[in-house]
Amino acid sequence: MSATLPDLTPALPEIFVACAAMALLMVGVFKKDNLLKVVTRLGVLSLAIAFVIMVAKMPGLDRVATTFGGMFIVDGFSVFMKSLVLIGSMAALLMSQQYLIDRKIDRFEFPVLIVLATLGMMMMISANDFMALYVGLELQSLSLYVLASFDRERQRSTEAGLKYFVLGALSSGMLLYGISLIYGFSGTTSFSVLSTGLANSENIGLVVGLVFVLAGLAFKVSAVPFHMWTPDVYEGAPTPVTALFAAAPKVAAMALLMRVVLGGFPTMAADWQQIIIFISIGSMLVGAFAALVQTNIKRLMAYSSIGHVGYALVGLAAGTVQGVEGVLVYMTIYMTMTIGTFACILSMRRDKALDLDINELAGLSRNQPAMAFALAVFMFSLAGIPLLAGFFGKYFIFMSAIDAGLYTLAIIGFVASVVGAFYYLRIVKIMYFDEPAAKFDDNEFGTMGFIMGLTAALNSPLSFLLIYPLLGLAGVAAASLF
Amino acid sequence: MYKAIVFMPLIGFLIAGLFGRQLGTKASQWITTGLLVASAVLSMVAFMDVAVGGNTTMVHVANWVSSGDLNFHWQLKIDALTAVMLVVVTLVSALVHIYSIGYMSHDDHNPRFFAYLSLFTFAMLMLVTANNFLQLFFGWEGVGLASYLLIGFWYKKPSANAAAIKAFLVNRVGDFGLSLGILAIFLVFGSVTFDVVFAAVPAIAGQTFMFLGMEADVLTTICLLLFVGAMGKSAQLGLHTWLPDAMEGPTPVSALIHAATMVTAGVFLVARTSPMFEFAPFALDVVTVVGATTAIFAASVALVQNDIKRVIAYSTCSQLGYMFFALGVSAYGAAMFHLFTHAFFKALLFLGAGSVIHAMSDEQDMRKMGGSRQMIPMTYIMMIIGTLALTGIFPFAGYFSKDTVIEAAYAAHTGVGEYAFIMAIVAALMTSFYSWRLIFMTFHGKARGGEETLKHMHESPPVMLLPLVVLAIGAVIAGFVFSDMFVGEGRFEFWGAALFVKGDDILESIHHVPTFVKFLPLIVSILGFIIAYKFYIKSTELPAKVAGAFKYLYQFLLNKWYWDELYDFLFVRPSFWLGKFLWKKGDGGVIDRFGPDGFAAFAMMMAKRARSVQTGFVYHYAFAMLIGVALLVTWFMFTRGGF
Repeated sequence: MSATLPDLTPALPEIFVACAAMALLMVGVFKKDNLLKVVTRLGVLSLAIAFVIMVAKMPGLDRVATTFGGMFIVDGFSVFMKSLVLIGSMAALLMSQQYLIDRKIDRFEFPVLIVLATLGMMMMISANDFMALYVGLELQSLSLYVLASFDRERQRSTEAGLKYFVLGALSSGMLLYGISLIYGFSGTTSFSVLSTGLANSENIGLVVGLVFVLAGLAFKVSAVPFHMWTPDVYEGAPTPVTALFAAAPKVAAMALLMRVVLGGFPTMAADWQQIIIFISIGSMLVGAFAALVQTNIKRLMAYSSIGHVGYALVGLAAGTVQGVEGVLVYMTIYMTMTIGTFACILSMRRDKALDLDINELAGLSRNQPAMAFALAVFMFSLAGIPLLAGFFGKYFIFMSAIDAGLYTLAIIGFVASVVGAFYYLRIVKIMYFDEPAAKFDDNEFGTMGFIMGLTAALNSPLSFLLIYPLLGLAGVAAASLF
Repeated sequence: MYKAIVFMPLIGFLIAGLFGRQLGTKASQWITTGLLVASAVLSMVAFMDVAVGGNTTMVHVANWVSSGDLNFHWQLKIDALTAVMLVVVTLVSALVHIYSIGYMSHDDHNPRFFAYLSLFTFAMLMLVTANNFLQLFFGWEGVGLASYLLIGFWYKKPSANAAAIKAFLVNRVGDFGLSLGILAIFLVFGSVTFDVVFAAVPAIAGQTFMFLGMEADVLTTICLLLFVGAMGKSAQLGLHTWLPDAMEGPTPVSALIHAATMVTAGVFLVARTSPMFEFAPFALDVVTVVGATTAIFAASVALVQNDIKRVIAYSTCSQLGYMFFALGVSAYGAAMFHLFTHAFFKALLFLGAGSVIHAMSDEQDMRKMGGSRQMIPMTYIMMIIGTLALTGIFPFAGYFSKDTVIEAAYAAHTGVGEYAFIMAIVAALMTSFYSWRLIFMTFHGKARGGEETLKHMHESPPVMLLPLVVLAIGAVIAGFVFSDMFVGEGRFEFWGAALFVKGDDILESIHHVPTFVKFLPLIVSILGFIIAYKFYIKSTELPAKVAGAFKYLYQFLLNKWYWDELYDFLFVRPSFWLGKFLWKKGDGGVIDRFGPDGFAAFAMMMAKRARSVQTGFVYHYAFAMLIGVALLVTWFMFTRGGF
């Protein structure tokens, strides 16, 4: 290797976020007063600047730039996914303040950790080599473990953090084992090199390595049967952290999964498709059925997220440009729905504490009609009722599956979404038809209402106007993977 | 003018139906009634024009259907047959409207009632002015709907609802026949327009088709199907069960729909399609037999009924039977003549009965009436006139029409004709008996009603008596005034091309029947009067004795030949059983169990299972992950054939 400095331009957004995170840490450490609000705002600002840098410095819609010896890649796909991650993280940051203040855990480390996790996610998305992948993944995971147990006085929170950490370590172990097998059988860790034909189905060692790698990644997207941490961690973690979990890391891990199988192993499509189909069916069914008996809305959203990952994987299983395009659209819509829903969940406050039993939403339509309406929009959208954004997401996914001949998968998807519709609609029923429970407190931060309103508008039938531009962007991004 | 006749009731219906609440009772009554009276006046002008002037026309309303081979227009066919029906329908309807102003004065839903009456009238006019089978079917269904609505007008009464449903369902059976018939006509003739079809009939006559291995005559089949429709509407034996129950509706409704107009639609249908029936002699025989049997059946049941309206209802049924066998022996003119006179005297009887009921504080049981002739003398006189007309006493209307009908049956000189003649004579005896029994039980003898009822008994207001008087005039003079036109020398000129007779003119041969045939109906009528007088005036203990002596016969008649029980056993209970079976076992046990309920239970079971797996222990979770990986690796090892 030559000793010349690698080209830093493609990685400029990441470098900026890394510096910003450390700067924020310094600000927090050297100022004595409680600086949560300031640091949060600065955190959002730095993520926004990173976004601007990323868009300004992107090599062009259909161009690819690599650096660090080919380990780091910037293309349409990475820009698309990073945009989602940045937006998700910013939203999570903005939604967190009220909760942290209420719980008296309003410490400045929280935004710093989120910024660091975001940095990890951005690196995951741009990873073009197993080494880079692992570094990004661990940076993200370690930040998230800490975030999960951020409410350290509360047993549930620490339990969640610990569980997430132990199981995460196990999955990392699997991932590393898989990587080592792949390296051992092919002699490389670079996706670009693997895709040139080194990876082939004749080699069972590579197949086993791929299984382990995918198991590790499936854990991150919480796909069945590597999903079991999800409900417990979602429930135990502080609610803003859950909101972050449901939005940003999921998108990043999904991007990583797509990058690995499509960027590194296009020659072994027949093999990984079987795995994806398996975990996709499992996720859709578990997501649909297990949620039926949940009464805690965070647990419910955990199962909901498992189910939605299952649907998104349908598009990946198709393995076509159309399928990937569907996944990108799906993840975009899913993120808006989730952020909106969590904005509502974070507003279920009474006396500075959250009441998260779904029956507490009873009669919300009479107490807080605007919030009830927004939540109803999210629920209908999550259920995939036509005219709402969630319907388009499912529509493109299932269409791609049918075009790829995966009829069984599509049919199971239909059935699962029908079953899933039950628990989404039950929430609407509780809000609109049950006798009102006590009123929730008003939000002290206007941002919550703003996020709710904006995401509700994006999910409403207005999405008709946005779906085709989005589809166009997703199409360009998807094409860069092939 | 014809458009005005037909559409004025529709306008009345729309105004009273849509804005009745805003207009209030008075306005709704006067608007609908006024339009109907105008329509009736125009109808009479039209009758004079068509009957005397001989101007048959076709009035174009709209192009209705133009689809592939199916082309026809919405036209009003105006000939003698239509003209007769126009007068009957609009006149009786107008009088019933007027009468109802008094009769329904205590009801809260007057606008609705008058709207329904006008709707019925419009539908009936659509029926009689039809230029093609589909238009006729529209009217046919329209009157069925209006009848259903009016029978169930007092919707808070369970019995009224049951009767309305029964009427609707029984009519469905008939309507099914009619619609099959119309479909068959389109299939065979390629058109549903009357003139086109009738012109093509001679060419079709004699053609056969195979059905279930049997050879059947095309035209006979079509005619029989049409007749099934007619049987349903006109309450002929087998499909008659709805008519007595329909008396649950308000009495003016009974007079209009279930006596004068709707129930005669079947007669009209057969008369209108006479060019078809004439080429299907077997169908005509069926019509004769069914008609004659209905006549005797209904008359026998009427002998023992105690509800004043039910007696008249069975009487109607019986008289319709007369009309049908007249049709069956090709005496279409006689049938239409009887229809015409019957409309007057039967509406008179019904409205008279309504007046009695009104006076008796809604009492309908004749056993609780009696001795009321001094208190309601006008009603009494009117009922007497109606009865004289019904029993066919000279010179009342019934004498002319009924005798013609009976003589026609004799003059046919066929087996079924003989049968019809005998049945008609016996039925005439019974008719006379039950009619006078009704008069004697209601107006004569001791007052059997309660003190309260007697105290409140009063003659009906003029608004109710006026229609009675008009109808009574009709019941008196309609016979000899129109006899010549309908069945006498003027008949050819009058009917023109409206009626078609293929063989010998039966109305000509009635002039050559033996004298005893001419007098027999009159004799049995007088005999019936004498028996009734003996039973109910002279020796009032006789009816009970006779009933005791012929206990089983009495029960048989009282229970209306057990038709309802038979249908209950044959159709109602099996359908209930089948329905229950399909509901409990089929729907609940199979579809629900394995469909929605089964899937829901399965989903909940899956959910619980998924929850029980979610133990909260980290090592369980880790185990699941390892199992997952192991499964996948194993899967690939096996599908690959191993290392």
